Amino acid sequence: MILIYLIGSILIGAGVFFNRGKKTNYSLVSLFLVLQVVFAVYACWHYNETASTYFTFDSLGIIMLLTATIISIPAAFHSYVYIEESEEATPESRAIYFGALILLITAVSAAYLANHIAVVWIFAEVTTLSASALIYHHRNKLALEGTWKYVFICAISITFVFIGILFLSLSFANAGSDDLAYKNLLAHSSLLNSSWLQLAFLFIFTGFTVKLGLFPMFTAGVDAKDKAPGPAAALLSSVIMCMGFVGIFRIYVVVANTPLLHWASLVVGIAAFISLFIAAVYMVKVKNIKRMMAYSSVEHMGIVMLGIAAGGIGYYAAILHIVLHAFVKSSLFFQYNQMYKVFKTKNIYQMGNYFKYNTTGSMVVLLAFISVTAMPPSGMFVSEFLVFRSMFEANQLILLIAVLLLLTFIIWAFAKNIFKILFIPVVDFDENKVAKVSPWRSTFQFIMLGGSAYLGLNPPAIFVDLINNSIMLLPH
Amino acid sequence: MLHVVLIIFLISLFYLAIANRMSTYVNMLALQGILLFFVAFLELKHINTINLILILLETIIFKSVAVPVFLNYVLKRNHITREAEPYVPNFVSLIITTIIVVTTIILSNTMEEGKLDKMFFVVALSTLFTGLYFIASRRKIITHVMGYLIIENGVFVLSLAVGNEMPMLVNLGIMLDIFASVLILGVFLNKIGDVFKDIDVNQLTNLKDY
Repeated sequence: MILIYLIGSILIGAGVFFNRGKKTNYSLVSLFLVLQVVFAVYACWHYNETASTYFTFDSLGIIMLLTATIISIPAAFHSYVYIEESEEATPESRAIYFGALILLITAVSAAYLANHIAVVWIFAEVTTLSASALIYHHRNKLALEGTWKYVFICAISITFVFIGILFLSLSFANAGSDDLAYKNLLAHSSLLNSSWLQLAFLFIFTGFTVKLGLFPMFTAGVDAKDKAPGPAAALLSSVIMCMGFVGIFRIYVVVANTPLLHWASLVVGIAAFISLFIAAVYMVKVKNIKRMMAYSSVEHMGIVMLGIAAGGIGYYAAILHIVLHAFVKSSLFFQYNQMYKVFKTKNIYQMGNYFKYNTTGSMVVLLAFISVTAMPPSGMFVSEFLVFRSMFEANQLILLIAVLLLLTFIIWAFAKNIFKILFIPVVDFDENKVAKVSPWRSTFQFIMLGGSAYLGLNPPAIFVDLINNSIMLLPH
Repeated sequence: MLHVVLIIFLISLFYLAIANRMSTYVNMLALQGILLFFVAFLELKHINTINLILILLETIIFKSVAVPVFLNYVLKRNHITREAEPYVPNFVSLIITTIIVVTTIILSNTMEEGKLDKMFFVVALSTLFTGLYFIASRRKIITHVMGYLIIENGVFVLSLAVGNEMPMLVNLGIMLDIFASVLILGVFLNKIGDVFKDIDVNQLTNLKDY
């Protein structure tokens, strides 16, 4: 099935790319969405089975695959609206956009399910290619600059991951086996040479941070989300981040089963804390709303990785948090396009009184704000609280206080900007030219925000089981 | 013999550190491709012949002919000046490259003895860090790309070290090489050359907050 899925979606992507008729394009995209949903259902049905040697439908893979599938539907819908409303869109740019979108979703889905580190690596390369096509959608100087930076930094990071894989194979040399599947690595974890494994983990971690949006390589992602069209930026800050997380998490599970657990959690914790610090610094000053959202993603990835570093309940909280973040942040990025339609700018100083011009959309912004800052009725409050609890239980009080202080800065900055956009009128704003936005366009965003609250506050038993199964191999 | 080739490869890094002209960089990249050809030929004894031919072809045709020719074409077409224009004096670059090489030698001595020939480790890691240093210290976008190609060469050396046991990894390395180089060189260097007439990284600083 996975081969059918991969070949089918590549064919559909190629069909979209080469056939530039409007009707054909959109029917092919719908066909792809059907294929994606069918594949996700098939994956759930064949839980814990291995397909085509290199793919396993394990718990973590299924959680992320379902997340990506759910997000891909509104992403396709908002892309449709975006492209149809855009004045500069040509049949060519539309075909490239949707072709790249299909390739991106396929590549991340395959990367989630891959059980071999080299396969994850290959699909990470493919996401770089497809994401760069999405970022360069506008074909102007700034988009080119963003794309260039993204491609270049991703290329270096991908090389880093490859070096990590080479070191991993060296660390594995004594085990008498040359299969780098995660299962095999775990089975032989006592035979792994620790100094080579340290180097391998450092390189693989650094390499995947470009996708995850964590400290050393986060810059490319921020620029990319700024220049990419809204729906594409939503994918960059949700499914691609999940892919980076899967890449790091799977190797972390291997390292955690060796005596290096403490060292690895220290590395992850330092990177996470620095990311939070950087996010706090930029959030206070930022004036571009898309960049603000991108830095908020950096902050949340910092929290996720703090959960991983703290261990205990933190593992559970980390996976819950990254799933909820994917829903909330993508709905915020989908909403961005409606805001842009009203204000025609990304500058927060020239945006205001959004409540008056688009009440439904501003409700989305308000609810998403409550979720993103993890205020109590939202789902992310639960996961963030669990992360803090795990840090408390790991006796990291000083770190916890520092993190809470930084979060206070971030919440203050976020609230200041969001309430400015929602309620404070802008001087010299011509109200007559404001475009009407249909309230129905926010439907998917409400569904995703509601879903994230539901998953956080009252998680279905099956979801909890999936998360618990995916962290089962970590030492508790 | 293998070690002699690897040491020449290491020396090429020092030469790159003090190189002034763009054409020297291109020539050194071509030379590194030829050296990699010899390394692959001497090291990969237990690999099947077809795979070996593929690897040798990649080093000769892709690394030492196609990429340099394309870089020369880009240099000519965009009228890029012949100077490399580093931010720091060449002497400092030389010192820093030396420090990088010495550090990797020290690092290699702290690593446990494995199946790896330490010469490979030293050459690969110092090439990697020197490439990163070139990216950080040079002004033109095309020198950034060359820095990336140098990193790729370093990774290739490392993948050859494990090539006898795991030929799959060498093939993956080749895939990375071709994929990333084509993506970076073919699509974007060309495009950037069209849009930004004088390609200098200082022109790539517009993407920021307002």
